[in-house]
Amino acid sequence: MPQSAAAQVPLIALEGVGKWYGAYHALKNINLTVKKGEKIVLCGPSGSGKSTLIRCINHLEETQEGNITVEGTTLSDSSRSIDAVRREVGMVFQSFNLFPHKTIMENCTLAPMRVKGVSKAEAEATARKYLERVRILDQADKYPAQLSGGQQQRAAIARALCMEPKAMLFDEPTSALDPEMVKEVLDTMIGLARDGMTMICVTHEMGFARQVADRVVFMASGEIIEEGPPETFFSNPQHQRTRTFLGEILAHH
Amino acid sequence: MASIGPNELFFLMQGLKWTLALTLVGFIGGGLFGLIVALTRTAQNDLVRRTTTGYIAVFQGTPLLMQLFVVYYGVALMGFNVDAWVAVAIAFTLHASAFLGEIWRGGIQAVPKGQTEAAKALGLHYVSMMKDVILPQAFKISLPATIGFLVQLIKGTSLAAIVGFVELSRAGQIVSNQTFRPLTVFALVGVIYFLICWPLSLWGARVERRLSTASR
Ligand SMILES: Nc1ncnc2c1ncn2[C@@H]1O[C@H](COP(=O)(O)OP(=O)(O)O)[C@@H](O)[C@H]1O
Ligand SMILES: [Mg+2]
Repeated sequence: MPQSAAAQVPLIALEGVGKWYGAYHALKNINLTVKKGEKIVLCGPSGSGKSTLIRCINHLEETQEGNITVEGTTLSDSSRSIDAVRREVGMVFQSFNLFPHKTIMENCTLAPMRVKGVSKAEAEATARKYLERVRILDQADKYPAQLSGGQQQRAAIARALCMEPKAMLFDEPTSALDPEMVKEVLDTMIGLARDGMTMICVTHEMGFARQVADRVVFMASGEIIEEGPPETFFSNPQHQRTRTFLGEILAHH
Repeated sequence: MASIGPNELFFLMQGLKWTLALTLVGFIGGGLFGLIVALTRTAQNDLVRRTTTGYIAVFQGTPLLMQLFVVYYGVALMGFNVDAWVAVAIAFTLHASAFLGEIWRGGIQAVPKGQTEAAKALGLHYVSMMKDVILPQAFKISLPATIGFLVQLIKGTSLAAIVGFVELSRAGQIVSNQTFRPLTVFALVGVIYFLICWPLSLWGARVERRLSTASR
């Protein structure tokens, strides 16, 4: 990884983050920094807090302890800080969450027009650029239900890219897909990674992790257990829980 | 016995005109306020939500007839000399907004949570999130129940007779008294109500079927 001086500045930083759902302690003292252009793969058993962690970064969930800073803005309850962070961070969900009553093109142009105030023509030009990039420009006038799962997820990626975010969060983007569609979405994400996008991906696709991750972060019971570059993480995991988890994942794949 | 001629039919049609006008007023007024009710019922703020919950409890828990009386005589007691139209428009608006608000609240809450999350993650604010993302889906989900309430409202307008409106039912009563043919007259009045309400009910049932196959 070539690293310029600018690449050293953390784009996303979590410091001592704690999160409770009522009495349930979902995140415990999370510390994580992500530099510009870095790709993080977040893995761990179901219920370990992976979704909660990335959803805290764009304030879909509130935290009770610690600080989250994105591109110099520290998240608080103020809508100004939340808006600023959401402008820099795009998100892709497991269940796509496309707007079913809008065409793919309308899905892509809504937020740029409403949030950035760009003209319809400009928003459509941007949308065409990103739909082309995820290779579904020919589906632009269809409704989400008319697309396959893989196409829907690529449309959701394009929709997020249309806001031209500095970082992208992926929450198990291929888990809801039929096996034959996983590859087209992963290839799209690999392309994005190659172009230098900062990414945090919750995924159990270990091939993807080996190929693009700068660091793999392993979580269990709301804590970060260990992290490291994929080579050492997979070949020489330090903790027993990591070894157990990797054994289970590899047995299934 | 007098027969039912063009004059009587014309009189009934005048009544029908009032029935439709009252329905329209109730539906439009109730729709506008109902939207506010639905939005406050799904609001984050506790006090706002509870106030609306109380409002709905009162208007769903008392008869429309009583609401009409209270508004009609209540407004007069406060010293305002209002037109019967205004009083009835207020009463129907309050009544319809409580029901439509509750129907649409259900619709809003039936929209999957992922839609709100996607809208928020894209940076959309409340107004755009509601107008562009949530409400169009919520209205579609609520359409069968909304049509069902519209049918109830059409029939409910007959209660406006007690404050002096000669709408369809009252017109029927008057014609029946003049012609001494209650059976024929009320059969006719019934057919007119039926011809308006039945197609609406059919439409509602069709929308509901389409929604339930679409969600499968
Ligand atoms: N909205 C919520 N309310 C209460 N508990 C929740 C909520 N969301 C998640 N949790 C709990 O928090 C824990 C972590 O959940 P999550 O972050 O979704 O895990 P993961 O994505 O790693 O599977 C789980 O035990 C889950 O049951
Ligand atoms: Mg999850």
